[in-house]
Amino acid sequence: MTPLAKLLEAALFASAVPVPVDALRVMAAHADDAETTLDSALEELRNHYDTDGHGVELIEVAGGWQILTRPEYTEAIERAQLAARPQRLSAAALETLAIIAYRQPIGRAEIEEIRGVGAGAILKSLGERGLIDIVARGEGLGRPLLYGTTAAFLEQFALRHLEELPRADELAIALRAPRQATPTSVAATKDNGEGPSRAD
Amino acid sequence: MDDVRAGRMSSLAVAETATSEVFVVELAEFSGPLDLLLSLIRDEQIDIYDIPIARIAEQFLARISTLKLDEAADYLEMAARLVRIKAQMLLPRREGEDVWEDPRAELVRRLLEYQQVREVVDVLERRSEERRGKFARAYTQQAAQLPVAGPLRISLPELLSAVDRVLRLARKPQVHDVIPRALDVDGAIGIVRALLAIRAHAHWKDVLPRNAEPWEVLSVLLALLELAKRGELRLMQPRAFAAFEITRDSPSEAA
Repeated sequence: MTPLAKLLEAALFASAVPVPVDALRVMAAHADDAETTLDSALEELRNHYDTDGHGVELIEVAGGWQILTRPEYTEAIERAQLAARPQRLSAAALETLAIIAYRQPIGRAEIEEIRGVGAGAILKSLGERGLIDIVARGEGLGRPLLYGTTAAFLEQFALRHLEELPRADELAIALRAPRQATPTSVAATKDNGEGPSRAD
Repeated sequence: MDDVRAGRMSSLAVAETATSEVFVVELAEFSGPLDLLLSLIRDEQIDIYDIPIARIAEQFLARISTLKLDEAADYLEMAARLVRIKAQMLLPRREGEDVWEDPRAELVRRLLEYQQVREVVDVLERRSEERRGKFARAYTQQAAQLPVAGPLRISLPELLSAVDRVLRLARKPQVHDVIPRALDVDGAIGIVRALLAIRAHAHWKDVLPRNAEPWEVLSVLLALLELAKRGELRLMQPRAFAAFEITRDSPSEAA
């Protein structure tokens, strides 16, 4: 391995959280290895882990890089009680996170409007888990708190950045304006009861 | 935890229960009224753009009838909305009215929006599941080791000289005297009476000493209230937060 790749390996090993690219760049600038660029050193390290048979892998996440254990060893590690997988989030918490990720900065009222359920307790617990944070205050009445996702959110969902989430128009159900949502067939059939269900 | 099931799983679970002989729907499995509504629509294989409101409203009400009151509010709001839409659908439409706004449109919009959220939840779930299967290095900061103190081995002269050293360090302690300053209501009463003996009217400021301290203000206030209670004077306030106007009352002259 090149000297820079070895230096980066040591640095990433020493850190418990992803090391931001900027921090790695600073290290690379001070390293005694003018021939190797940061990108090539990271690539080298990743290949080293992938091809030489290692129990860990190098991944890019949350605007930085991190060394993680390979999934095939998770069970054994957990059985030996060396580490424990984090708890899964509830469906309600995931829905709230999804809304915040796409609409941030977003206030509580808007989240509740979309989900049709009160969001106070969930926002609190997501905040305690460090997945969301208050990022601004709204302009409206009472200057409501606006929430956004954090770097820990990216880390926990293995995202390099928010843009890695599918774009709204890539989702199977793209949002449509309410007017377009109105079936034209109902307007055409002057039926006083319910519109004819297509299942009939 | 295994019992925390994802939303998609929950709707499957409901479908399973539905086919078994006992029809029990656990609403705790739904993450909200829109989730329940969406699952009804899926189960019935209904076109989301053309929801038979009467049927769906009926089923929705049937399923939430088992709810406990504290968790029911969000579901009841949706139930009320469905019933209102049902009523709007029943209203006769006039012949010439070609622009008819479907009362279901807003509900359809919300359902689509919610369905989109569910799609993102699937993505998030997949990714977090993938990430949960890997561990980062678990660095935990070592707690600072405090030296364990053994039993003291010290002679009396040593202890006394130590005390002496400490006392010498604190040779000039700054001592503050705290003087309790009780309110002087009687004194203030004297002042007010003396003033009213000369003048029939006075203002609040007239009975206050110049640069009055808080305790003096309070004393005067209590004195005025006391005298008013005894009927020696009357207090007037022309408007809220205005200064008192003090008027001598006749009984005081008699007394």
